[in-house]
Amino acid sequence: MASTQVIPTRMELAKQKKKLATATRGHKLLKDKRDELMRQFLELVRENKTLREKVEAGIAAANKNFVLAKAATSDQVLNTALLAPKQEVYLETGMKNVMSVEIPVFEYKTRTADTNDIYSYGFAFTSSDLDGAVKSLADLLPDMLRLAEVEKSCQLMAVEIEKTRRRVNALEHVMIPDAQEKIKYITMKLDENERSTQIRLMKVKDMMLEEARQERLKADAEAGIITGDAV
Amino acid sequence: MYKVAVMGDYDSIYGFAALGLTTFPVETAEEGAAQLKKAAADDFAVVYMTEALAASLQEEIEVYRDQLRPAVILIPGVSGNTGAGIAQVKKSVEQAVGSDIIFNGEN
Repeated sequence: MASTQVIPTRMELAKQKKKLATATRGHKLLKDKRDELMRQFLELVRENKTLREKVEAGIAAANKNFVLAKAATSDQVLNTALLAPKQEVYLETGMKNVMSVEIPVFEYKTRTADTNDIYSYGFAFTSSDLDGAVKSLADLLPDMLRLAEVEKSCQLMAVEIEKTRRRVNALEHVMIPDAQEKIKYITMKLDENERSTQIRLMKVKDMMLEEARQERLKADAEAGIITGDAV
Repeated sequence: MYKVAVMGDYDSIYGFAALGLTTFPVETAEEGAAQLKKAAADDFAVVYMTEALAASLQEEIEVYRDQLRPAVILIPGVSGNTGAGIAQVKKSVEQAVGSDIIFNGEN
């Protein structure tokens, strides 16, 4: 990856090494985060699936009951019966932190203490089908709220998992190889420089030795002439 | 204190009023979009919406997907189950895992 040139200096090498260490550590942490999120997500999503199937079946059944009730009662009577609801549902929402994802926790409260206090009408003018229909829906309510909680959690976690996965991949396939490549390049360049310096020094030393030898030979020769003369 | 809303055509949702949930009967997609926006701004933590209505409000629902509140949950209406609700779960799985490993191509 020589597309982005780096200056082959010791300082740059130290910088890249630090970067690699951070990236490796971050990669490990994010990978752990991803794995744990995934584990929890799969658990939740399985619950989500079963709950949804249950709720959908329940609502379909309740709707059937309501259609029956509607058939047996006139529209006006039905509308009046359900006009003023007795019960009201409030939600207390809390927050749960799962691996830095905030997921909602619902706790529901009803206005009247008795959760079965759902019939907002006298029983005199409505068909019993309506009672059954309202009851079947009321029984489903806790599951519906749990479904809302679980499904929202799944959605939020899915977003976070996607983000984390991208980060892990970016670190694993871009940042870390890039830093490694740069470190390799700088190390090789520095080694090369060192070798060339060494060779240069050796050459200089050879040259100096050669020069010294020549000088000594010259000196010896001169000395020989002198001594020869003397002899 | 948050409340729970139910949106959809009147026939599908009038029963929920008896339970103490706030019902918003809407007929058209525009009405639904406006109502959803209003519900999100108000204190509604959960909005149950019929699949039929949700089909025409996909963009609006998408906005709330990564927000904590409100949770838009699809429910089948009187016209039957279109499978849109379970498709939402599938979508989450696909987003997180990259492929659908929970449903394995069923329905």
